Amino acid sequence: MSRLSADNVVLAREIISRYPRPKSALIPLLHLAQEQDGYVSDDAMEHLAELVGVSPAEVLGTCSFYEMFKREPVGRYLINICTNISCQLNGGEELLHQAERVLGIRPGGVTDDGLFTLEDVECIAACTEAPCLQVNYRYQYRVGEQDFEQLVDDLRGGKRTDIPPHGTLGRVHQRIPADAMAGIEPPEVAGIPDWYARRTAEESS
Amino acid sequence: MATNAYVAHAPGYVDNEGPKIVTSRFTDPESHTLAGSTATGGYEGLRRALAMPPEDVAVEVKEAVLLGRGGAGFPAGIKWGFMPPVWPRYLVVNGDESEPGTYKDRLLMERDPHQLIEGCVITCYALGLNTCYLYIRGEMAVAQERVAQALNDAYAANLVGKNILGTDVSVDVVLHWGAGAYIVGEETALIESLEGNRGMPRLKPPFFPAAKGLYMKPTIVNNVETLSNLPWLLTHSATEYKHYGSEMSPGTRMLAISGHVKRPGVYEVEHGKVTFRDLFYDDNFCQGIRDGNELKMFIPGGGSAPWFFPEQLDLPIEARPVGDAGSMLGSGAIVAMDHTTDAVKACLRIVRFFARESCGKCTPCREGTAWEEQILQRMLDGHGRPDDIDLLLSVGSQISPGPYPVAANPEAGLAAVPFPPKQTTICPLGPSSVAPITSAIRRFRHEFEAKLVGPAEDPGPGIEEFAAVDEGELIEATVGASDLHAVHGEGER
Repeated sequence: MSRLSADNVVLAREIISRYPRPKSALIPLLHLAQEQDGYVSDDAMEHLAELVGVSPAEVLGTCSFYEMFKREPVGRYLINICTNISCQLNGGEELLHQAERVLGIRPGGVTDDGLFTLEDVECIAACTEAPCLQVNYRYQYRVGEQDFEQLVDDLRGGKRTDIPPHGTLGRVHQRIPADAMAGIEPPEVAGIPDWYARRTAEESS
Repeated sequence: MATNAYVAHAPGYVDNEGPKIVTSRFTDPESHTLAGSTATGGYEGLRRALAMPPEDVAVEVKEAVLLGRGGAGFPAGIKWGFMPPVWPRYLVVNGDESEPGTYKDRLLMERDPHQLIEGCVITCYALGLNTCYLYIRGEMAVAQERVAQALNDAYAANLVGKNILGTDVSVDVVLHWGAGAYIVGEETALIESLEGNRGMPRLKPPFFPAAKGLYMKPTIVNNVETLSNLPWLLTHSATEYKHYGSEMSPGTRMLAISGHVKRPGVYEVEHGKVTFRDLFYDDNFCQGIRDGNELKMFIPGGGSAPWFFPEQLDLPIEARPVGDAGSMLGSGAIVAMDHTTDAVKACLRIVRFFARESCGKCTPCREGTAWEEQILQRMLDGHGRPDDIDLLLSVGSQISPGPYPVAANPEAGLAAVPFPPKQTTICPLGPSSVAPITSAIRRFRHEFEAKLVGPAEDPGPGIEEFAAVDEGELIEATVGASDLHAVHGEGER
């Protein structure tokens, strides 16, 4: 699909500036690409490679390691159902099977209307609230049968405006004003912080 | 079902009776804001720290015997001391919480992000470094939002960044977020990931992060809960900190207790003052097993921990006794399973986790965990073969030679069953998959046997004999497993 938009290139450069080496920004940048297009396209990966100064193959190498990056379009809502131990003990697998029936797809599948993708995921850190699931990484806790049907109805009806489309993670981003930064330099040139040298020298004198 | 978790605090925390060090603000709906934090002593610890020489701050932490809360339980102060006098150096905060059953770091990041940020700055100050990366698990969108907002507010209030609180001290704390990979919680994999690479662990030695970490520079990797203790510790003192908990394990820790209990929850508990029995049955904690059922087994410290059984209920929540009994407190994840639980099914589910999360770098883990999963799956599907139990143990011994959890086999004695396990891999992920298998087979062998096709006439060699697998057996095991795919392919998955 597409390369990063002009606005996103500005954002990308800002993210890169927070790391001593540009490649460190790669995972946040891949998220940015996924936020723009809903998935990570080949063109976007080539663009990121230019931005951080590595080959497109290296970007693909990183991208393909991490489960959250989708290299093909997925549904607008990614429903991740946990079936790990705490959820399994409390009905997580039954919830997954219900989801398969209600949505008519298996884990990894996309509904015909392009609205839902279903995944069977590992522990998502809400174990006391089992069984749990995430929709685009927003939690739903102690999900019963009726709760799930209600959730799907609400999503279909556009009632869950609190849940952004797939690709958007945090809707608040860190922004550091240039004059407020301590300063980040490449490891080759960064040295002992002045304040530390000063304060430890004072102590030993 | 809870409504919009976006604006409200995530559920799970239980405000039980007892001292609170890291969860003191958790009942306040505004605890995640800067105003909510500073109104209740937020950043007071940082002010105190900045008035001390940096080395004295490190000494205070060392004296408090602040044990790491991520899993290994290594004292933070001693870890800090491993850094050679080389600059630049980095602090990386491990917020990649994903051990099965673990639910505490997400709450700390969502409910009290300023406490964590304050802990980060205190650590940077003590160690003389000016760049900290706060690595939050990718799936935790709300935690990322709340920490991002908290960092923006802290920078604006001059609590982070250039000339903190008007002093000469300057420290950047940068939010970084992952993209879904359990292995990235291992500290060298975390560093690889932070360098923009595939999150595969590095060999130790030589790549001990304290000496050769991020960009091959000295790097300290600390867990979210560990650093969240620092504001309290610096506001008070190491001496006061040691009034809580036990001598060997001062302070408190957050425990997520889930599974078949009546009141599952995240509790802050003093080390050494309560037992597993208290946690499961006391009114102050989980109030008993659901439906009045019998406890069958429990996981004391996350999916990687060997299982415990009712006879271990009276062990205190403290690293040493739990370790001596052959398991670990790990990441504070306790999962209770009642008598209705199928041991084979529970075992399979944990093994499947490791099989799915293996990064693929080391052959014994990449291949072995997949074999373990497939053998257990065919047992559960009713296609188990007479020698499958032995095959399973044999595969396990290729990943983690020799040691087996003591709790499942008290009569064997400690010498026969050292813990933690040996490993044929770079990191402990693969060996962790063996713990539930050996725990379950030791204790519930009859349940496994009942799932084999036809009863096993001969129970086969015991675990001790498999600790030293000879070449012939290895070849047999390999041949046995190579046609697994044919059998497995007929199944549903």
